[in-house]
Amino acid sequence: MQIASMHFKERANLKLNDEVLRANLEKLKGKFVAKRRASLIELDDFEGTRDAGMAIRQRALDDLDVWLEQFEASATARGATVLFAQTPAEINKLVLEIAARHGVRKIIKSKSMVSEESALDHAIEAAGLTVVETDLGEYILQINDYEPPSHIIGPALHKSKEEVAELFHRKHGTPRKDVIEDLCLEARGVLREHYLTAEMGISGGNFFVAETGSVVLVTNEGNATLTTTLPKVHVAISGIEKVVPTLEDVATLMRLLPRSATGQSISNYVDILTGPRGSGEFHGVDHMYFIIVDGGRTEVLASDVKEALRCIRCGACMNHCPVYQNVGGHAYGWVYPGPIGSILTPMYVGLENALDLPEASTLCNQCGVVCPVRIPLPDLQRKLREKEFERALRPWKERAGFRLWAWIAGRPALYAVATRFGVRLMRMLAGPGGMIRRLPLVSGWTNGRDMPAPAGRTFRDLYAKRERERGRPA
Amino acid sequence: MRVGFFVTCLVDLMRPSIGFAALRLLEAAGAEVYVPPTQTCCGQPAYNSGDRADTIALAGKLVAEFEGCDYLVAPSGSCSGMIRTHYADVFRDDPAMLVRARTLAARTFELTDFLVNVMKLEKVPGTLSGKITYHDSCAGLREMGIKTQPRALLEKVAGLELEEMAECETCCGFGGTFSIKFGEISTRLADNKCQHIANSGADAVVLGDLGCMLNIEGRLRRRGDTTTRVWHVAEVLAGDAEP
Repeated sequence: MQIASMHFKERANLKLNDEVLRANLEKLKGKFVAKRRASLIELDDFEGTRDAGMAIRQRALDDLDVWLEQFEASATARGATVLFAQTPAEINKLVLEIAARHGVRKIIKSKSMVSEESALDHAIEAAGLTVVETDLGEYILQINDYEPPSHIIGPALHKSKEEVAELFHRKHGTPRKDVIEDLCLEARGVLREHYLTAEMGISGGNFFVAETGSVVLVTNEGNATLTTTLPKVHVAISGIEKVVPTLEDVATLMRLLPRSATGQSISNYVDILTGPRGSGEFHGVDHMYFIIVDGGRTEVLASDVKEALRCIRCGACMNHCPVYQNVGGHAYGWVYPGPIGSILTPMYVGLENALDLPEASTLCNQCGVVCPVRIPLPDLQRKLREKEFERALRPWKERAGFRLWAWIAGRPALYAVATRFGVRLMRMLAGPGGMIRRLPLVSGWTNGRDMPAPAGRTFRDLYAKRERERGRPA
Repeated sequence: MRVGFFVTCLVDLMRPSIGFAALRLLEAAGAEVYVPPTQTCCGQPAYNSGDRADTIALAGKLVAEFEGCDYLVAPSGSCSGMIRTHYADVFRDDPAMLVRARTLAARTFELTDFLVNVMKLEKVPGTLSGKITYHDSCAGLREMGIKTQPRALLEKVAGLELEEMAECETCCGFGGTFSIKFGEISTRLADNKCQHIANSGADAVVLGDLGCMLNIEGRLRRRGDTTTRVWHVAEVLAGDAEP
């Protein structure tokens, strides 16, 4: 996907003024936030389950090479082919090679965020093949001239029912429908033919299970089941970090994932797919491939933000993020929005290409407290801020300002003089009601808010005076 | 019991009366309060901006100023949270300082937490006739576990009625330098908070952190709300909050 993360601030400010988007994002709170909270009550020990989930994911990462090798061996033993893609571009190359090998003309896809990293659909179309997205959200975006997804589990969440109704009417040439069920039926009707005629199905992968060589798919629409069983070839694409040691581990993670994502006890469908159809078996594909993608992940693994790879892509961090709730996912400018995106995007596309993202957070830690695998997201954002500071990637004025302020704050006598002066200056700028309407250097504040003026003298001066009067000079 | 009072740079500069209100509460609770005269800042602005060298310098200065006290108390969840939950990371490469920082961190408290859980304060001098709503600041709530403490103390304020607003735990949009770097987003979050305050029907919003206070008050006034008061919890408890 094209990277627009360097323009976060401009994009976010545009989105803030989009009233339709604002109404659509408002639904996040009822849909995801409230349902998640309600669903946690079912777990006897949610915090304990989070600990277990975190431990499972961390264990997988600590010996990732071992689990990947075991996965490769298990999957190969079950008749699947395991391929590794070093870069996103290699994903596209491998998919097209597989398509050529099996004479594929049409490909259906269920949701895969990793394939967004490589803009796989564009590569497939450029090669002269047909690709059809079958996840309803992804389908909506595909027929809207490949609009980028704005959320990792609800890619078209930024769109209203009315916008989708209009889009279907325009693209399908059908009478406009305004009931959600009717819109779903219309999409189903269009997609059904593709399921039956495609030769290859591409899916993502929520987990790769090392002990069995299986891919686990967690979905709600049933499209992934059809995509991975009806065509003769199935290709599952996901990142190297998605491997977990055992099926038992998946059982624990599944207590966390749907609840954290959509507030469901369990998703409508959970597919565990192991190898192609064996002899005597009725269901399954003729050929099964895994494309396991690095795409910057080993660098994350070697960095001080490696905890980010524990992510199980539930989306809770963005659902609960006050910044995401108000600007939406498109502002972030790449595949992964919200708090987890503010870590992964700079790591995958380069910090210099996503400078705003680690800064675009109040560090309120609402993301950290909901993360089912306890990724310390604000701490990781701060680690990236350290890198920006060390590599002099922040504007020089900002850096100089911090150095000067800290230099003064380290010298109490000088600090006392400087703060006395600063307080007096701010009081001079104050208008009626003790409010400052405009303040040089901090227009980012005063464009939308007043700045309350200081009360008068500093606490330290007043306290010293009080102590002197009481005969107790410091 | 010697309590080191860290006034915090924002209270020091912007609203020193909060510092004196906190002092009165601590003294009323029976603490012997010591105010290190050289104190400036805990280093959080530098820390959150990735400026490690300056953070280490300022944090080291604060540790030296307060480690002789039995406790460090600050009228802020954010600054006390910096010391208690982040100083260990600040000194991650300096084992000797790490020990000193951890020792101080364990004795660092936010004001209301200290009054309730250490001093077991039974009575507060404040009275306030009117309806207030409480804003939970992010660091106070999610780093220091400040939720029930201010409410328990406010319950003791004669005449005060607490009406919870919607999304009282959602960030007001301050975020330190975020409020200047991303002014438009920050203003939107502050505006959402002001709307929830207005919807609660409260006469005043009470909170425990100066950053949120400046942000919320600044947005309330810019929205044209000249009547809703913004109080620090220490002011209300000490009896400085007037209708």
